Amino acid sequence: MSETIKTDCLIVGAGPVGLFAVFELGILGLSCEVVDNLDKIGGQCAELYPDKPIYDIPALPECTGLSLIENLQKQIKPFNTSFHLNERIDQISNEGDLWIVKTSANKVFETPNIFIAGGVGSFEPRKPPIESVSMFEGKGIEYSILNKDYYAGKKIVIFGGGDSALDWTVELSKIASHITLVHRRDEFKAAQHTVNLMEALVKEEKVDLITNHQISDVSGDTRIKKAVIKDKSDETQEIECDEILIFYGLKMELGPINNWGLNLNEKQISVNTENFETNLPGVFAIGDISYYPGKLKLILSGFHEAALASQKAFVRAKPDETLTFRYTTSSSDIQKKLGVK
Amino acid sequence: MYLNHKITLFINLLRSAMAKIKYIEFDGKEHEIEVSNGLTVMEGAIKNKIPGIDADCGGACACATCHVYVADEWINKLPNKDDSEEDMLDFAFEVKESSRLSCQITVSDELEGLVVKMPEKQF
Repeated sequence: MSETIKTDCLIVGAGPVGLFAVFELGILGLSCEVVDNLDKIGGQCAELYPDKPIYDIPALPECTGLSLIENLQKQIKPFNTSFHLNERIDQISNEGDLWIVKTSANKVFETPNIFIAGGVGSFEPRKPPIESVSMFEGKGIEYSILNKDYYAGKKIVIFGGGDSALDWTVELSKIASHITLVHRRDEFKAAQHTVNLMEALVKEEKVDLITNHQISDVSGDTRIKKAVIKDKSDETQEIECDEILIFYGLKMELGPINNWGLNLNEKQISVNTENFETNLPGVFAIGDISYYPGKLKLILSGFHEAALASQKAFVRAKPDETLTFRYTTSSSDIQKKLGVK
Repeated sequence: MYLNHKITLFINLLRSAMAKIKYIEFDGKEHEIEVSNGLTVMEGAIKNKIPGIDADCGGACACATCHVYVADEWINKLPNKDDSEEDMLDFAFEVKESSRLSCQITVSDELEGLVVKMPEKQF
């Protein structure tokens, strides 16, 4: 097991609210580390709607999901915060006033404060709710690719019509013995360039494209052998294969947070509105994942929640120091922290 | 008399600002709900705690977890799907001709009597 990382605050979730919490903690002089299950910074803004416009960020008449994240990253640059991506928090336990947090990559954090800024939970691949599909998961059915070379010489069926499905169709066509791409309609929601590449491969008969079909069943023995697909009138056909890749995008699940002993309100975590602390001392919930009477799931609400939670986090991290409220406009101490003075 | 008239007018106003929508769960359980005009079919379900519609993204047409099947006679009566709804439906399971994302259907007088069925699972 790796060395324990000590920090004033562990932030779970690298979306807009998690990023702004880095800023609010930073100007109070608190250190923090950020963990996110995705492979990139930005949460839903980056994963679900990078190009969609946002009009309700104060003093920013218009921005996109991605530009908002880029600006927040610029804002927290002075704090040189470490991000632990592709990792999920699996377990928390307490030792006195400290929390010991373990991630899916076996990292261990020791901290007086945990900010859960997890949006609607962590992103997990969408899995078709078909019994045979779950049975063959890991036995020929995968939702992501860890080792591309594994697919050399294999007969593969790929499901989906987005960027992942098309990128991998194009990429794996170079090494696979055969690829069939199955999509529910004729249109593809992927970069036009990749769609063109895929269509060229179909013309060269390197890829079989079957549209207007969906996954219906799979079968095999110890490993997968066949995919069964159906059209709009439920007419089925079988495709023999060695591997099945399913790229139906990601969905959000609360996941292990469910087992931390937090008071929940459906899929949200109940907090007080004074400092957004949960029923567990030192564990805070901010942004879309927090619940209190009157809660609005807005990015701007999350920013406010981050600021207030940081005040309480200071008290827990530095019990012997007094926190004096200061404005960024006039505090030379804050300006020094931001590197502008 | 005048007051009665006013109350009747008010009640009519309230009535006309709602549409009755029938939500049918996958197991057949029916919920008939008056939903205010201007809300979406998804919001009608969430506000009334009807199971079967998750709406993870809160209505931004970004997640496909509010997938419903509209009753056959309603398929052509509803406003057409826009591109973003059609794109998002790629991420729903068991998509059919009658598939819609309920966050993209806004309730109005014209939707009085709309029937939607929920899929087995929002996946």
